[in-house]
Amino acid sequence: MRILFSLAAVLALLLVAYVGVAAAGGSYFFLVVFPYLALAAFFIGIIYRILKWAGAPVPFHIPTTCGQQKSLGWIKPAKLEAPSTTWQVIGRMALEILLFRSLFRNTKAERVPGEKVVYGSCKWLWAAGLAFHWSFLIVFIRHLRLFLEPIPQAMIWLENLDGFFQVSVPGVLITDIILLSAITFLFLRRIFSRQIRYISLAADYFPLFLIFGIAATGVLMRHFFKVDLKAVKQFAIGLVSFSPLQPEGLGIIFYLHIFLVFVLIAYFPFSKLMHIGGIFLSPTRNLANNSRAVRHINLWNPKVKMHSYQEWEDEFHDLIIGAGLPLDKE
Amino acid sequence: MNDRGKIVAGLIIFLVLITTPIWMNLVAEGDAEGPEIEILTKDVPGQDKCVKSKTEMAAQHMDLLNTWRDEVVRSKARVYQTADGRYYAKSLTHTCLKCHSNKDKFCDRCHIYVGVNPYCWDCHNEPKEFK
Amino acid sequence: MAEKLPKPSEMAQVEFKPQPQGWMDPKVQFHKGTFNYGFNPRSAEYLDLPNPRKWNPTAEDWHLPPNWKEIILDGLRDRLQRFRSLQVFMDICVRCGACADKCHYFIGSGDPKNMPVLRAELLRSVYRKDFTTAGKLMGKMAGARELTVDVLKEWFYYFHQCTECRRCSVFCPYGIDTAEITIIARELLNLVGLGIDWIVTPAANCFRTGNHLGIQPHGFKDSVEFAVDDLEEITGVRVEPSINRKGAEALFVMPSADYFGDPHYFGFLGYLALLHEVGLDYTFSAFASEGGNFGLFHSNEMMKRLNAKIYEEAKRLKVKWILGGECGHMWRVLHQYMDTMNGPADFLEVPRSPITGTVFDNARSTKMVHICEFTADLLYHNKLKIDPSRNDDFRVTFHDSCNTARAMGILEEPRYIINKVCNYFYEMPENTIREQTFCCGSGSGLGTDENLEMRLRGGLPRGSAVKFVREKHNVNTLACICAIDKATLPAVMDYWAPGVQVCGVHELVGNALIMRGEKARATNLRGEPLPGKEQTDE
Repeated sequence: MRILFSLAAVLALLLVAYVGVAAAGGSYFFLVVFPYLALAAFFIGIIYRILKWAGAPVPFHIPTTCGQQKSLGWIKPAKLEAPSTTWQVIGRMALEILLFRSLFRNTKAERVPGEKVVYGSCKWLWAAGLAFHWSFLIVFIRHLRLFLEPIPQAMIWLENLDGFFQVSVPGVLITDIILLSAITFLFLRRIFSRQIRYISLAADYFPLFLIFGIAATGVLMRHFFKVDLKAVKQFAIGLVSFSPLQPEGLGIIFYLHIFLVFVLIAYFPFSKLMHIGGIFLSPTRNLANNSRAVRHINLWNPKVKMHSYQEWEDEFHDLIIGAGLPLDKE
Repeated sequence: MNDRGKIVAGLIIFLVLITTPIWMNLVAEGDAEGPEIEILTKDVPGQDKCVKSKTEMAAQHMDLLNTWRDEVVRSKARVYQTADGRYYAKSLTHTCLKCHSNKDKFCDRCHIYVGVNPYCWDCHNEPKEFK
Repeated sequence: MAEKLPKPSEMAQVEFKPQPQGWMDPKVQFHKGTFNYGFNPRSAEYLDLPNPRKWNPTAEDWHLPPNWKEIILDGLRDRLQRFRSLQVFMDICVRCGACADKCHYFIGSGDPKNMPVLRAELLRSVYRKDFTTAGKLMGKMAGARELTVDVLKEWFYYFHQCTECRRCSVFCPYGIDTAEITIIARELLNLVGLGIDWIVTPAANCFRTGNHLGIQPHGFKDSVEFAVDDLEEITGVRVEPSINRKGAEALFVMPSADYFGDPHYFGFLGYLALLHEVGLDYTFSAFASEGGNFGLFHSNEMMKRLNAKIYEEAKRLKVKWILGGECGHMWRVLHQYMDTMNGPADFLEVPRSPITGTVFDNARSTKMVHICEFTADLLYHNKLKIDPSRNDDFRVTFHDSCNTARAMGILEEPRYIINKVCNYFYEMPENTIREQTFCCGSGSGLGTDENLEMRLRGGLPRGSAVKFVREKHNVNTLACICAIDKATLPAVMDYWAPGVQVCGVHELVGNALIMRGEKARATNLRGEPLPGKEQTDE
């Protein structure tokens, strides 16, 4: 149900773009109006969300320590798992963000006879997640060639590297294949693992279908339904230099592709995809394990009703004397 | 602990990175509209039309060249018939470059603009006539 | 209750049991042995807690205040503004499922709502409904649920089936910490009077007497003197600890179970022997007679209220620094919260071991040192005479406590000590120790007999790992540095890994420590014959 709903939503989006362009001739809407609306939603949404998070204080110092603390000089601390300095925290965060350190730990609990449970290493999610995110990033960067004039040399190198195998004309790009395979794996995992299927929401399937749709239309456009790249680049540059053009020669597939892209852009700040920003603000990861060495300040440290020593002594006065313990006055 | 300054700084860095296309185009000297493509040898006798329409060629010329290459090399099928019944040799050098002999102002301008790097010239000689 | 328990072989047959209608259906079966009863209204009144009343979790009507929904939603709104952690954790989960089979309760029960991700979704679904646009517009399709009495009952059930052990947060790619979510969810529940007695009554005791067990000053003194006598009987050395003495160098704070519980008590004998032997000038306090903090299991405010006495007493007694005994959640509070809540401790000095001269720079602000840091330092500098063979009857494995491992990172110190004072030490499999350690299944105020079945289910992963080393290395002793472990793991061991006893690390230290002037010891601190002494006794 949740799967079909999400799939239907993405198909409906494709239909909207198809009908909108082919039948209604709405290229102005799809090339100008919607992209700017989507970008506005993206920037306003992201800034709003991050500032909202930033607006809430971090009252307590709660890093999750995943290794040895820094204590006695002769005990080797785990600098990246239980960082005690800012630079070590940066190292931990870099590992987490660039290499998905925590996901790399993943295990799978299995029952074995004799009332026992064993934990096998299970790196598929890590591998697919890493493959998906990195290839998505490279695909994103690759697209900058359509927005920049002149094109920085590094971008050409990246593209050449990505097309290293020189299969077909234009060359098949490795990241396209990895992206599509990884996202397919992530989808199948959601469907075939009972546990994951049970917890998955429409909001989990929708981005998968959406990104799959984007990648698929992109690949189709590159290899099967070609469009005039010069027109594409004129559109792209026109868009980012705020003098939008509606060039000739953009096939329907191009409209499908960019409509999904701008839907993703508009959807981004209001969805779980904001984990890209949230990971930076996660207090179990971005704080140093130095809470006994440096005092963490809680901006709203509440005044609470305490039970003072004096109240305690007053209540137990006779018992204290009876036990031969000193009173404070002495 | 007040870390809002750090978060705002991080947000600004993110925004600067993600808006690369916007500000780089502001400072760039390149021609956003894209280069004009010039064909310097329109006067080849009898050849005032290309093998396909301009729109088709703009999007799909690489497909055509690729197909020609495969057909010539693998099946020795050397003759191409256009939709309107004209015949051409399937040859980059002898057919295409006859008219589009100014590679630098025809092929390269556009290829450089959109950032594609075809490997045609790994094998084919670059035309020299109109250098 | 206990007689109805299934056999281990039956309980170990765990199956994934999803509800056919999906998880959003909030119906909960309050099955005896899996939940705890509500708090005694008198304890709540003593602590000025809102909405105290008598109510029964199994009853249909929980006698909620008429505006309960408003109270909860206002409380949630307030906490979203006060805790960035809550906002971020509500917003960024992608439901990748990495946490699912990391929870001991899920492994032991197969109940999908014990997957950390779903436990958080119980709260998140309400957050979406009332605090996000998508949830308001799209409802169920966006994963949003109306807050109903059934949802509240579900919260009560499942947020008291989380021991705040943070194992899931180790595996979460964003570090989402279910402990944090559970802490806040329990705060919300407590706003409408839905707390459990095993948390609120100890907290009330602690607020009044200084310790969870409600031991009054004379009782505290008796316990200490009793221990002094016991230790003299075993070692021939009479130690002279002081209580509420001003001007000592250090204040020693421990969980109250150490001087009142079994097997904690043997570790307490170990502290007494050790601190006497090295001549540390320290005092106990009958007021700060509890380092543990059941407030942590109730609310951040309660945690602060119960913790305040430690600094207050350190200041009053004019000590220079504080030494803390073996306890898990106590150290979570001391390490991550105390300085923030009740500091700054600018009236104390940076802790320095007078025996070795080591300055505990890692505690330079809080001024509180863990006994394992203190002892490891002593051993490293060869300040103790040790006969590890006295522990030769113990084939030891070490259970990292959740909080000391994942909220502190004290992993090597206890191992260093055990390796020095024992000859037979074996690690459990690597996915069950250190930062990946499994909870005893009874932490965060859930260590009662009321929910024994759930505790044993939660204890399955730990029991299973111990059973592994028991079969492989004939391990018979599970050492740990946590009072709740010591109180609850014996039952877990009897059930899942029979033949394994539980002890504190400083019990092993006390056994092996050769004290000046001691008599030839015939028994260990438990009064059992030492290895090699059995025959001569007969």
